[in-house]
Amino acid sequence: MTVQQIPNSFRTGPDEHGHFGIYGGRFVAETLMPLILQLEKAYGEAKADPAFQKEMDGYLAHYVGRPSPLYFAERLSAYCGGAKIYLKREELNHTGAHKVNNVLGQILLARRMGKQRIIAETGAGMHGVATATLCARFGLECIVYMGSVDVERQKANVFRMKTLGARVVPVESGAKTLKDAMNEALRDWVTNVDSTFYCIGTVAGPHPYPMMVRDFQSIIGHETREQMQTAEGRLPNSLIACIGGGSNAMGLFHPFLDDNEIEIYGVEAAGHGIATGQHAASIAGGRPGVLHGNRTYLLMNEDGQINEAHSISAGLDYPGIGPEHAWLNDVGRIKFLSATDDEALNAFALLSKLEGIIPALEPAHAIARVLNLAPQKPRDHLMVVNLSGRGDKDLETVARHLDEKMKS
Amino acid sequence: MRLPPLRGRIREGGHPPPGARSTVRVGLPLKGGGNWSWTMSTRIDARFAALKKEGRAALVTFTMAGDPDYDAALAILNALPKAGADVVELGMPFTDPMADGPAIQAAGLRALKAGQDMKRTLSLVREFRHGDAATPIVLMGYYNPIYVYGNERFLTDARAAGVDGLIVVDLPPEEDVELCLPALNAGLNFIRLATPTTDDKRLPAVLGNTSGFVYYVSITGITGAAAPDAGKVTDAVARIKRHTRLPVCVGFGVRTAEQARAIALGADGVVVGSALVDTVRKSLDPAGKATTATAPAVAELVRTLAQGVRGPLKSS
Repeated sequence: MTVQQIPNSFRTGPDEHGHFGIYGGRFVAETLMPLILQLEKAYGEAKADPAFQKEMDGYLAHYVGRPSPLYFAERLSAYCGGAKIYLKREELNHTGAHKVNNVLGQILLARRMGKQRIIAETGAGMHGVATATLCARFGLECIVYMGSVDVERQKANVFRMKTLGARVVPVESGAKTLKDAMNEALRDWVTNVDSTFYCIGTVAGPHPYPMMVRDFQSIIGHETREQMQTAEGRLPNSLIACIGGGSNAMGLFHPFLDDNEIEIYGVEAAGHGIATGQHAASIAGGRPGVLHGNRTYLLMNEDGQINEAHSISAGLDYPGIGPEHAWLNDVGRIKFLSATDDEALNAFALLSKLEGIIPALEPAHAIARVLNLAPQKPRDHLMVVNLSGRGDKDLETVARHLDEKMKS
Repeated sequence: MRLPPLRGRIREGGHPPPGARSTVRVGLPLKGGGNWSWTMSTRIDARFAALKKEGRAALVTFTMAGDPDYDAALAILNALPKAGADVVELGMPFTDPMADGPAIQAAGLRALKAGQDMKRTLSLVREFRHGDAATPIVLMGYYNPIYVYGNERFLTDARAAGVDGLIVVDLPPEEDVELCLPALNAGLNFIRLATPTTDDKRLPAVLGNTSGFVYYVSITGITGAAAPDAGKVTDAVARIKRHTRLPVCVGFGVRTAEQARAIALGADGVVVGSALVDTVRKSLDPAGKATTATAPAVAELVRTLAQGVRGPLKSS
């Protein structure tokens, strides 16, 4: 049996087999195994090549618009009456979310590997939009799998992807949401192995994806360290981010994991409430299992059949979580909290009015917990929230929800 | 490209690879203290040995446990050997079958909807075994339902129910320590998929702990998709046979007696799945329930396929 040990460093994972403690791994069909090994090798070479990093840095600065600001949310801080709250403004990136950091890295890697056909899965559509954007930029074929339920509730993003030249394939199998889109993308990859690069949108899937996506997103945390030093002359006291698969959270957290005095909070989507069973909180309401190439916490029944997740935020609506988060939960480095649909809607409205920033519903979950945590902290406590995406895509959803509330 | 070392090694089941010296390199202590490969033979080994004497390929059928319901699935299962199935693969339904096409996905969901779970799948095997002590049964599916049932408990219960082998699609050799090695220890065959992407460098790793037979997936793709090219399949089987003495069965995309015959000429067995599962679907009433035609329709297709596999060699 694998024994769970508290490591000297939280930043050394994964091991050579892609394991973070008992989590992670490479649970894929044999057809994909050679591709995953090839990808691991290609990524290792790219990572060691200064030219690759230089190319990344150029596009990050001039195409994505990095660094993203670290902004002192003065009115939100005053409202909470405790910690000094900073927002890491990932919503100001090109395409409006943190997703582009990872997609840029993967697309440049796909080009190095000579792949001309890019496939991706998407839930809310933000990863799909980022993928379609970079495929347009580099003249690559782009196919995005999206559950037909999500196609219906995220029409604006579907139109954006099509405008960018991507083909959006509505997935009719299973529950027709993000997990089924991922199944369908894997089926495509199994079929078109030679030509195709699978651009996964979060820190999940078979090794090396959780590691690779984390590395590409870690720019969020690296910038935050420098920016906070400049602003306050010291590191923050706490970090907080929403978690579906967990790529924005891992990007912010990872560079700080070994600063043991820093509190780290991940906020899962509690949907209608954990007790109702209608939620997307894999840590709070799930247990370890194996899906989509990795072992991690999953929402499932007693027979190991995967349950549907529920969240008002399509980007958090996934029944799993990245394997490194699962491990960091077990060893106690990240404290996992959750926020309900209603709490997220409240935070969405509040941040819009207080700061003139309309957040996506995903980071609104993190803001909801900030409203509880910040008032308990002293005035010199520096709290960083990852504002992972902007809320334009959610306006219709929020309006519909408020309509229903007013009618009932 | 170097493959990561396997974290445990066991001799290939049943037979040493051609030219191999019979040195024992067993990585785990095996029950009974002996080398598993020399001391035990499963129903699968016995069946392929018998077919070799007959000089023909095996017909390996795949149907889904609990599809469209428990009783109908048992009736189908019981009918298979009489209709000409030599080895029976029984699918363990899963909500997220990533390597399967629409036909098998739908079959799994029908079974789950009718209340199928791991306990009932093992119970199906037990009931089948009451009437058939010889036909090998291989459970095929995905890892999560096994992992959640508990690996050790699963292996004990599967063996007790009369299961002979396992195919777990999402457990490549890199994860052998999870279930493959414990399964071999428990006396079950662990059958691995080899695919067109499994090159000569990788084949030894894939075949290393494989036993019973090798399942060659004839296409890169999902189950039930394109029909395989018989010529390419023959070459691929020959390539695999340079690395193992295990029987090689070929599947994915085989639907008709003619295709089965063409594949049988170059392989030790032909696997048919989606075509049988489609037959189940077509036999259902408008409400999706089994009819009196369900089991007979499947048996009829199996008889046709068996004739294909057994048919006289055509000179071309």
